[in-house]
Amino acid sequence: MVVFDKPHALADIPLHYCPGCTHGIVHRLVAEAIDELGIEGRTIGIAPVGCSVMAYDYFNCDMIEAAHGRAPAVATGVKRADPDRHIVFTYQGDGDLASIGMAETVHAAARNENITVIFINNAIYGMTGGQMAPTSLPGQVTQTSPYGRDTNHCGFPIRVCEMLSQVEGAGYLERVAVNNVKNVKNAKKAILKAFKNQVEGKGFSLVEVISSCPTNWGLTPKKALEWIDEKMIPYYPLGVYKDRAADEEAAK
Amino acid sequence: MANKVLMKGNEAIAEAAIIAGCRHYFGYPITPQTEIAAYMAKKMPKIGGTFLQAESEIAAINMVYGVASTGHRVMTSSSSPGISLKSEGLSYLAGADMPAFVVNVQRGGPGLGGIQPSQADYFQSTRGGGHGDYHMIVLAPASVEEMAALTVKGFELADEYRMTSMILADGTIGQMMEPVDLDGLKVNPAPEKPWATVGTDCKRFHNITNSLSLVPTELEQQNFDRYKKYDVIKEKEVMYEEYMMDDAEICIVAFGIASRVSKNAINEARKKGIKVGLIRPITLWPFPEKVLHDTVGKCHTYISVEMSMGQMIEDVKLSTECRGKYVLCNRAGGMIPSPEQVLAAIEEANKGGAK
Ligand SMILES: Cc1ncc(C[n+]2csc(CCOP(=O)(O)OP(=O)(O)O)c2C)c(N)n1
Repeated sequence: MVVFDKPHALADIPLHYCPGCTHGIVHRLVAEAIDELGIEGRTIGIAPVGCSVMAYDYFNCDMIEAAHGRAPAVATGVKRADPDRHIVFTYQGDGDLASIGMAETVHAAARNENITVIFINNAIYGMTGGQMAPTSLPGQVTQTSPYGRDTNHCGFPIRVCEMLSQVEGAGYLERVAVNNVKNVKNAKKAILKAFKNQVEGKGFSLVEVISSCPTNWGLTPKKALEWIDEKMIPYYPLGVYKDRAADEEAAK
Repeated sequence: MANKVLMKGNEAIAEAAIIAGCRHYFGYPITPQTEIAAYMAKKMPKIGGTFLQAESEIAAINMVYGVASTGHRVMTSSSSPGISLKSEGLSYLAGADMPAFVVNVQRGGPGLGGIQPSQADYFQSTRGGGHGDYHMIVLAPASVEEMAALTVKGFELADEYRMTSMILADGTIGQMMEPVDLDGLKVNPAPEKPWATVGTDCKRFHNITNSLSLVPTELEQQNFDRYKKYDVIKEKEVMYEEYMMDDAEICIVAFGIASRVSKNAINEARKKGIKVGLIRPITLWPFPEKVLHDTVGKCHTYISVEMSMGQMIEDVKLSTECRGKYVLCNRAGGMIPSPEQVLAAIEEANKGGAK
């Protein structure tokens, strides 16, 4: 009996991520969802610019590498090319999705584009070596906020799920974390749902995953997971921010 | 009997694109090319195609990148400021070797500039526009008929060479009405695209659309290979028109609407016995270098008639190895040279004669 195996949709090669980084966990959850829904053969994933830029090597489905922030626009093209067949997901960091690509994010949501967005919020620009992100916390020390993020100088972190919950078009928005077993299980459920929604034509689904970046946070992997509980989740509360299908069901 | 219809240049592009099998259009409104989007908005839903007004030119070109990755014929159109925004996407399309068709109906610049016709995006389009080593095939129509024909050609070239082809038109040709024979357009079917990211069906290794290559030797090799492809295009795909060049001693070089003005001036000059002709590049990249080079020794003066501060004139000089006299006859900022202005330049050149 196989107790633990690699999902079929996940390539059997070493990932390049730093020790303690949670990208690997989220990759696995995405691959599990693809497996469980039996959609690998018609799924096209869009990798961002950021630490997960090489995600195109890690998933066995067809993959596209997008310019920084443009994944939702690329996904829109792929989806519209064959809406009945293509299952399209983007996998984006916070700089990618909430800074340079904010317009693409908001408008894909506004159009209720029938795609799945996996949003990795690690409160930092990982790939470029730890600069301030649009989601870096007040006071957070980064390479470009060496004295701590001063909100008088560079404003406040953006809560993406809360913001998009005001966008009529968005279908499903949930924030999860992957810093302990319970949270990982919830994250799995949310990611599966975000893909299932697309299969069922329920429209724009985004799962924000609070993730760790021990390397650029300057913490050990264990401390980084604790920092998520202590600092990140209080500012970014977990939960469902919108579920139109469920709301409509309840209204019946 | 050809069935000619009267159409605006911009509409001719849109209809020809549909005839060429394009079923996906993405754009953002900008004068003077909005008729293309308006036409597509009306037509696409009726023929099972996609028209989508994007949130920006950046988004539009990335939607194009998405569709191109799936192998379907796809286009976007814009005018100068919008093309600047698309330049990032054009570079990515080049880096990933994706076929796409893009239209630039130019207006005066720089900056927000004006909305009157211009040719000031010559450098931007013939040199690539975005970052990195790459080219697009740049097509310069001089009539509404050519707007249609070169659109079909543009889709075919994009597919054949897996790259972007661009129509570089100007507001005049975009807006003016002329008869077009749409029934006469012949379209070659799109080639097989085994590289397309349309889902593996779990039957093959995954396809990847990508422009990232972190190993310098590999990235260098990709650049080498791409430029070998460009050499083939330079050899096979150059298009131009010669007008009264047989005995010409003065050679006008002009494209688009400026070439039509130039022809009028040439007709007047010929009446006065001046031996002047025209070489009209139809492909701006690849530039008709060889035909120009062949005029060296026969022509003493080259007059570049341009609606810019003098951009194509550099390619004229390069093609002829600076072995003639060179005159820039231009207007800028949305102004069009008059036949009188061109005639005056011809007469002046004729006075000078051979060195
Ligand atoms: C147009 C453009 N600007 C900047 C960069 C440099 N760059 C690469 S990754 C990155 C930040 C990515 O951060 P994030 O999206 O938070 O993802 P992470 O690396 O943390 O996973 C930046 C700014 C780029 N590649 N392209």
